[in-house]
Amino acid sequence: MTAILQQIVNGLSLGSIYALIALGYTMVYGIIKLINFAHGDIYMVGAYVAFFAVTLLSMNLGVALLLAMLAAALTGVLIERIAYRPLRNAPRIAALITAIGVSFILENGGILVLKPDPRAFPDPIRWRQIRLMGGSLVLSTQDLFIVGVTVAMMLLLVYFVQRTRTGRAMRAVAYDMQAAALMGVDVNRTIAVTFAVGSALAAVAGVLVGLYYNRIDPLMGLVPGLKAFIAAVLGGIGSIPGAMLGGYLLGVIEALVGGTQFSLFRDAVSFALLILILLVRPAGLLGRNVREKV
Amino acid sequence: MVRRYLRAGNLAVCALLVATFLAGQVAIASGWLNPYYQVQLFSMGINVILAVSLNLINGFTGQFSLGHAGFMAVGAYTAAVATTRWGLPFAAAVLLAAAASAVMGLLVGVPTLRLRGDYLAIATLGFGEILRSILYNVDYVGGATGLLGIPRLTTWPWLFALTVVTVLAVKNLVNSTRGLALKAVRDDEIAAEDAGVDTTRTKVLAFVLGAVFAGIGGALYAHYFFVIQPTTFSFLKSFEILVYVVLGGLGSITGSVVSATALTLLSAALQQLAALRMVLYGLVLVLLMIFRTGGLFGTWELSFEAIGQAWAWLFHRRPPAGDRAPLTAAASSPGSATLPDLPEVTRDGAPQDR
Amino acid sequence: MALLKTVDLGVAFGGLKALSGLDLELEAGELVGLIGPNGAGKTTVFNLLTGEFAPSQGEILFDGRRLGHLKPHQVNRLGIARTFQNIRLFRGLTVVENVEVALHARMAPGFLATLFRLPAWYEREAAVEARALELLELMGLRPYARQLARNLPYGLQRRLEIARALASRPKLLLLDEPAAGMNPQESRALMELIRAIRERFQLTILLIEHDMSVVMGVCERIVVLDHGVEIARGTPEEIRRNPRVIEAYLGEEASADAS
Repeated sequence: MTAILQQIVNGLSLGSIYALIALGYTMVYGIIKLINFAHGDIYMVGAYVAFFAVTLLSMNLGVALLLAMLAAALTGVLIERIAYRPLRNAPRIAALITAIGVSFILENGGILVLKPDPRAFPDPIRWRQIRLMGGSLVLSTQDLFIVGVTVAMMLLLVYFVQRTRTGRAMRAVAYDMQAAALMGVDVNRTIAVTFAVGSALAAVAGVLVGLYYNRIDPLMGLVPGLKAFIAAVLGGIGSIPGAMLGGYLLGVIEALVGGTQFSLFRDAVSFALLILILLVRPAGLLGRNVREKV
Repeated sequence: MVRRYLRAGNLAVCALLVATFLAGQVAIASGWLNPYYQVQLFSMGINVILAVSLNLINGFTGQFSLGHAGFMAVGAYTAAVATTRWGLPFAAAVLLAAAASAVMGLLVGVPTLRLRGDYLAIATLGFGEILRSILYNVDYVGGATGLLGIPRLTTWPWLFALTVVTVLAVKNLVNSTRGLALKAVRDDEIAAEDAGVDTTRTKVLAFVLGAVFAGIGGALYAHYFFVIQPTTFSFLKSFEILVYVVLGGLGSITGSVVSATALTLLSAALQQLAALRMVLYGLVLVLLMIFRTGGLFGTWELSFEAIGQAWAWLFHRRPPAGDRAPLTAAASSPGSATLPDLPEVTRDGAPQDR
Repeated sequence: MALLKTVDLGVAFGGLKALSGLDLELEAGELVGLIGPNGAGKTTVFNLLTGEFAPSQGEILFDGRRLGHLKPHQVNRLGIARTFQNIRLFRGLTVVENVEVALHARMAPGFLATLFRLPAWYEREAAVEARALELLELMGLRPYARQLARNLPYGLQRRLEIARALASRPKLLLLDEPAAGMNPQESRALMELIRAIRERFQLTILLIEHDMSVVMGVCERIVVLDHGVEIARGTPEEIRRNPRVIEAYLGEEASADAS
């Protein structure tokens, strides 16, 4: 029992990372119906910016995190402006192909510029282990930190989307882009903000994962990017609470599978989950179904 | 009956194929083509098979699959196990690879093909990754190390024959009434279904056939490069095949052949700069989608008719003639966009053409 | 016996009843109009008849067989073909190819014959093309056979949809607002054509029209829907005088004025 509990605790950190990346996926999909394959690579960009800020510019972690968010937001907005906006009225597959292309450019551009070798991410904080239930359940202050930062970010995001003018515009554009435009919403600006916010959250995930695994490399966004997408679909793509739920669910499921004899099939289980959800409930756990008009 | 097959066009194609085959055979046997270029030549053939078969699914049937490397893996592993573990001859191994890929195509296609667009893309990508994860964990096929020491049984005649069969079979299919059903599904699935096309069956058929040829490509690959590993067949491989298809044009076999060939050469030239090559691929995808969605060739196909038209245009300054003439007639009256001329209806009720 | 009979047919989407309790009966050879204001459920009837939607109540009997659970392509092969209100052609295919698609189910050569161009392939392909061109000839589309369908002017696209529907040799033809977007002369000419097709192919036709005046001249019987329920049926003359029908249409105009 405590073993399972321990796996769940372990899954929370990973789940936080997935959830943060999934938020960006889900926001972008919700607003322009694009699976932004490059989103996982934005997370890599964030991690590297923080890495250089701490190592080369000797900034403290908090400032480095802000800088990483800013840089990622800028990258996201630029990508949207250059690669996706010209395709807004093109078939969705065209935009998907473009996103794959952007992902190639970021990953391999990263290899060219940053060198392919992994780097040790500096960790200035001294984490402690907390033992609970007579020492059988181990919890690190790092886990608490990661979950805490993630939850804080999510609350900020919910506040932003629900309570601010720009957030309302985002919901309006996601619901009906043309109607929103007619009502005077600046659609281009709103979509740019969506990319900026989603990318900044991915940068947070990048920094957190740097602290968690202590290593970063140019291809680090590849697999977590796909996993986060699974999380977004699981929760219901387009739904912000869905992305959070999906992220944590996937993190915990992976940790649980990792604790069994089938641990090597962890990735297979995640993808199987994706396909199952797509087939059985394509709208995800918290999404709503849409029907094609005949 | 026989005369049908002995038309000038077919004879010319046959002559061209025989000449190409002999040229290749002589170049390889005489050592004129050094081993480095031989590798490129064989890669070209395999990539053409992969590109054309993916185009059948993504381009002609409009079902966006990102799991092609998975089917290639099924073929590669099946064939390699057949020759190395079971001691079967290569021909049997290729057939087994095709059969195994067909079964896998069916297993993947039946459930996922009711998904549309990007959901299908991501589901097929998922299947590819599941498969890879399984290969990674099964000791019988070597796990992470993969299968080593596979005999080099992919000879020039094998490669040439299977490449030609793939291209011709796909061409024959898409240029026929059955091929029209595929394109109808691509253009409008609901209308196709209402016009009597069993769209599920049609999609699965195209998917399975594409998988079969990808499996054959995999079998050829395994028996040329000695080694296969799960990492060889990751979704990045699927993306690479997708680049061939998109660059050539979704819906152009000619385009797939040309771009698979050209990009194989390009990657050979950039062998030391793999990352640069992938950046270029990325740029190709982005720029194509923004400026030329149809790829280099759109849906254009090389044919004797096309050559004839080009010839007429080049040397006689005649516009492409034939049935296309009414195009201008229709376009000349765009103002009266509705029913410009109904046929007269005679008293017995049969509408007569003017 | 009636060619088509629906009993208490209805469908609901998430609690919203799009159609309920429709009892429709078509005798072979009839030309019946299905009219009603916007959102009355006319296209929903077509979608139920063709198998696009599964009915949530009632049943459909066609030519002695129960539909309802069949997929659209199966319904099509039993002899029901349709056109669409918002034209749905295969835009990337030529005009003649559009018709050939509908011939595919009955006439296409086998799969292996296709892949390897066996002798049977040549014969069948030639037959398919001949038949398709014959239908185009009939609809006055022969000169446009090799053009892309998307390049056809609007009115010809509507006619191509009818040609495609005829290609599947239907017993019952469902036409969804075939005269939409046409001026009065054009729609009159189209109605003539529809009458002619019916004679020639011995068809039964169910015709949706939004504009009452169009169907009055061509249909023998008319069924009127409003808010998913049948409110009247009868000859054009009866329908013209029916107060409920007038009210339904007037109500729509009134709300159209208000908005």
